[in-house]
Amino acid sequence: MIVFLYRSVKIKVFVTPKRNVLDPQGVAVGHALGSLGLGGLKSTRVGKVIELEVEGPDTPQFRSQLDKLCRDLLSNPVIEDYHYEIADG
Amino acid sequence: MKIAVLQFPGSNCDQDAFQLFASGLGLPTRFVWHKDTALGETDLVVVPGGFAYGDYLRCGAIARFSPIMGAVREFAEKGGLVLGICNGFQILCEAGLLPGALIRNNSLEYRCMTCDLVVQDAGSAFNPRTLGKRIRLPIGHGEGNYRIDGAGKASLEANHQIILRYLENPNGSLDGIAGVRNEEGNVFGMMPHPDRAFERFHPSTDGLAVARAVLSVRFPGVIRKTA
Amino acid sequence: MKREALPPNPDPVLNQPITPELVRKHGLLPEEYEQIRGHLGRVPTLTELGIFSVMWSEHCSYKNTRPLLKGFPTEKRGATENFGRVLVKAGEENAGIIDVGDGWAIAFKIESHNHPSAIEPFEGAATGVGGIIRDIFTMGARPVLLTNSLRFGELDTPVTKRLLRGVVAGIAHYGNCVGVPTVAGDVYFDRSYEGNPLVNALCLGTLRHDQIRRGKATGLGNPVYYVGAATGRDGLGGAAFASKELSAESSSDRPAVQKGDPFMEKLLIEACLEMMAVPGLVVGIQDMGAAGLTCSTCETASRGGAGIEIELDRVPQRESGMNSYEIMLSESQERMLVIVQKGREREIEEVFAKWDLHASHVGMVTDSGRMVVRQHGIVVADIPASALTDNAPVYQREARRPGYLDATSSWTPEGDGLADLDLAGAQVALPRLLSHPTIASKKWITRQYDHMVQHGTVVLPGSDAGVVRLRLGSSEKFIAISNDCNGRYCYLNPRRGAQIAMVECLRNLVCAGATPLAMTDNLNFGNPYKPENFYQLKECVAGLAEACRFFDVPVVGGNVSLYNESPEGAIDPTPTVSVVGFIESESHVTRQFAREAGESMILLGGVPAELGGSQFLGLVHGKKTGDAPRVDLAAEKRLQDFLLGQIKAGCVRAAHDLSEGGLMVCVGEMLFGAGGLGAALDLTSIEAPRLDALLFGESQGRVVITVEPADAPGVARAAAEAGVPADAIGSITAGGTLTLKTARGPLEWSVAVLRMGWESSIENAMKRPGIG
Repeated sequence: MIVFLYRSVKIKVFVTPKRNVLDPQGVAVGHALGSLGLGGLKSTRVGKVIELEVEGPDTPQFRSQLDKLCRDLLSNPVIEDYHYEIADG
Repeated sequence: MKIAVLQFPGSNCDQDAFQLFASGLGLPTRFVWHKDTALGETDLVVVPGGFAYGDYLRCGAIARFSPIMGAVREFAEKGGLVLGICNGFQILCEAGLLPGALIRNNSLEYRCMTCDLVVQDAGSAFNPRTLGKRIRLPIGHGEGNYRIDGAGKASLEANHQIILRYLENPNGSLDGIAGVRNEEGNVFGMMPHPDRAFERFHPSTDGLAVARAVLSVRFPGVIRKTA
Repeated sequence: MKREALPPNPDPVLNQPITPELVRKHGLLPEEYEQIRGHLGRVPTLTELGIFSVMWSEHCSYKNTRPLLKGFPTEKRGATENFGRVLVKAGEENAGIIDVGDGWAIAFKIESHNHPSAIEPFEGAATGVGGIIRDIFTMGARPVLLTNSLRFGELDTPVTKRLLRGVVAGIAHYGNCVGVPTVAGDVYFDRSYEGNPLVNALCLGTLRHDQIRRGKATGLGNPVYYVGAATGRDGLGGAAFASKELSAESSSDRPAVQKGDPFMEKLLIEACLEMMAVPGLVVGIQDMGAAGLTCSTCETASRGGAGIEIELDRVPQRESGMNSYEIMLSESQERMLVIVQKGREREIEEVFAKWDLHASHVGMVTDSGRMVVRQHGIVVADIPASALTDNAPVYQREARRPGYLDATSSWTPEGDGLADLDLAGAQVALPRLLSHPTIASKKWITRQYDHMVQHGTVVLPGSDAGVVRLRLGSSEKFIAISNDCNGRYCYLNPRRGAQIAMVECLRNLVCAGATPLAMTDNLNFGNPYKPENFYQLKECVAGLAEACRFFDVPVVGGNVSLYNESPEGAIDPTPTVSVVGFIESESHVTRQFAREAGESMILLGGVPAELGGSQFLGLVHGKKTGDAPRVDLAAEKRLQDFLLGQIKAGCVRAAHDLSEGGLMVCVGEMLFGAGGLGAALDLTSIEAPRLDALLFGESQGRVVITVEPADAPGVARAAAEAGVPADAIGSITAGGTLTLKTARGPLEWSVAVLRMGWESSIENAMKRPGIG
């Protein structure tokens, strides 16, 4: 008996402003949190999460392609950092 | 002199840019659709303002991958003139044709107003002698806050790549930088709108001088020849 | 005629029996339900019930106001063959159109999005802008400008600040991204709007006469296309939703607020205009606004005297498992319905493919006069189109004069023993009025709007009227536009207050150098089932209609928004008026700012003398009473004709009309232009029993102009000949002080200090710590 495994992966890409880049949104959100009673807040950064579901296995080639897409489109390396989490779909 | 104005889905200052060159300077101007892969005979490519691709993900992030940008890159690498205005500046930065990046205004609000700009010494065509010490141009943007790292800024200054600075910073830009050029001096980008400063009833007509200054990089006689 | 029941709906949820409770929940009266059964000859399906409930809602059917609206003049008596004819009248289509000469025309309309903005200010205001823009380009016009009228509670509560921030950001987000400049508008802050903000958005577009398109389905067998964004579950029942009062119950109706996508709308504008430019391709077109697919389908069928069949499986859907009720009532934004010439389907599909937009062939035009909707091949709705439109119920509501009017209209300052101002009081009253948010500079707001895109804005926000240069083919024309309505006057005297909204708007246009052309209005009122509210509505409409007829300014379209009230009460009646004017020559464009020291100041129209309904009375004495200021339509016309004549003769350097805050606020505002100017006023020779009424009374029909000193005597003589009172009141000075000589003694203010208070008021109220 042959069992076909259908592979896909779920990826979460996290894009955040670089530590040394001014983040006006982060500043604003931090102030609002403070005024709502959050004490001891040391820093706030606002980024984004891009969720992808892709057919196919998680291979080194795929990761290499994903890294290039993260650098070229999903983030702007001049002002942003990225990292991602991959799980089986 | 032939002017090409790019059109992306969501460009909304393409007509304004067109009229700056067509009726303001009386030059043959045409539109180029973003899906085209060739520019055709062109002396200046204008990347206009607006919200190309809705500014989704980041301003200009998706537009830089439009088919036409391959031809624009080639054109710029061969020394062709490129001018990016507002969203156009953002697209050129994302495409790596200009250094730095534009992020959200520090007020977190869109700003539409006329600004006094200090003309920088940025080469033989673009400097206080050709343009005057100060010019006035309107701005209209929500993400005009120019950012670059320390090494990048040092390099900009060493190579005289900063072309305009705000007299009173309206958006938090690093060192009030309002516009830059590339090191070679053929690609220009600015957040202020010369395409809102050329009609007789506009707050100023300095946009005409700015357009001429950019053209004079390759066509030195243009300052005397056009209107 | 009895008809057979329809087959069961594919979604079992929609097969539940219709109970009286369900009918009530749909905002329908038992009598209305019986009418529906009569129209159908059977019990309606749930989908059909939903369709009737939105089409027969106040928002879509105007059932409580249609009889009143028939009183408006819809044609221009003074139009010639070459200029000013109304080409598409109010009520015919999505927007009215008026000729501006040389084969060109303008389409414009104002609309409200009040209730969604109260719940979610950003998206509510944004989608309001999106909706009105669609109403304009669906007529074949390219949108070239936006204006808006906003009303909020006092700017001293976190709730109001949140609403202001969200509404302005929402308008800015949508208008700026779509690339249409927001060039003018008005904003008031008054307790009566607390909890019921008003967001009225206007759009104006330009087109050639031969580019006019109508929302009509004609031509048996012509394909019906759906273009634009996919349909989701947005705003279900939004139109019916707007017709119920806001209460704690409806704040949980949050999903009823739609999310707009201005990028999508920009693509839609370009694709639609490109498609409409192809000769003979587009037979009819309508946007999907309130009640989405339902409204656009039955209205186009009705206007064309035809029927339409739709297959819901062909409707682009962005969510799975949507049933027929959801698809028909969805208010997903940025969608249009297009009736195409049979055989030319490929052409429309090519245009939309270029712009990467959906263009789906969803149905066809029939000759049955019925709207027939299928899903999975099963008929889920089958309704005569006219039952939903022309044959919707019409009601005559009861009107009763509110009791409070007895006291307020007979109030006088003397009767009330109201002490007049002394010099010290006058000294502080002026800066106080100038810095009240209703009067203060709106720069905090207008600098968030792109008011320059399309490179045609001639007069920027901040003057009496916006002025725009229209690029029409190879020629250009200049128009002016203004929005006005003082709700307090309408509260104190509905008929007169509405007339004032109109004459003030006209006066603002004339001050800019324009001849008024046509108007659009947005009637914002409370629950019409309360006779006092309906009295206000009826009287306001009568007042507006009278002023429109007197000045020959036809209504080319408008909107009604009712139920603007909460348990605390209704808003002040607010019939927002917007008039468009035509400027013959760029040289006539006039602004409200004095230009240089030495100019002579002339007060036209007579000395102000009324305190009723004034900002001064409200702010300094805490009273909202008195009759609204008097209106003399003939005197207004004399004033406006005279002023426009003087402007055309080149005699007027600046012109600004008296409104909120009266004479001193008017003069102050004239000094807030370039800077460094002051004024020396001398009112000692003017007869005025009360200082407060002279300085801050809001008598109508008054304008302050500045002229070159050499022109002053000539202007005064011409005014006398025209029967317009003219008083020389002083001159513009250098040196930055505003001095005033009165019969009681002198007063002096620093213009820089007055300006600071005026300019920073709203900005200070809205500042957030640590930002920008």
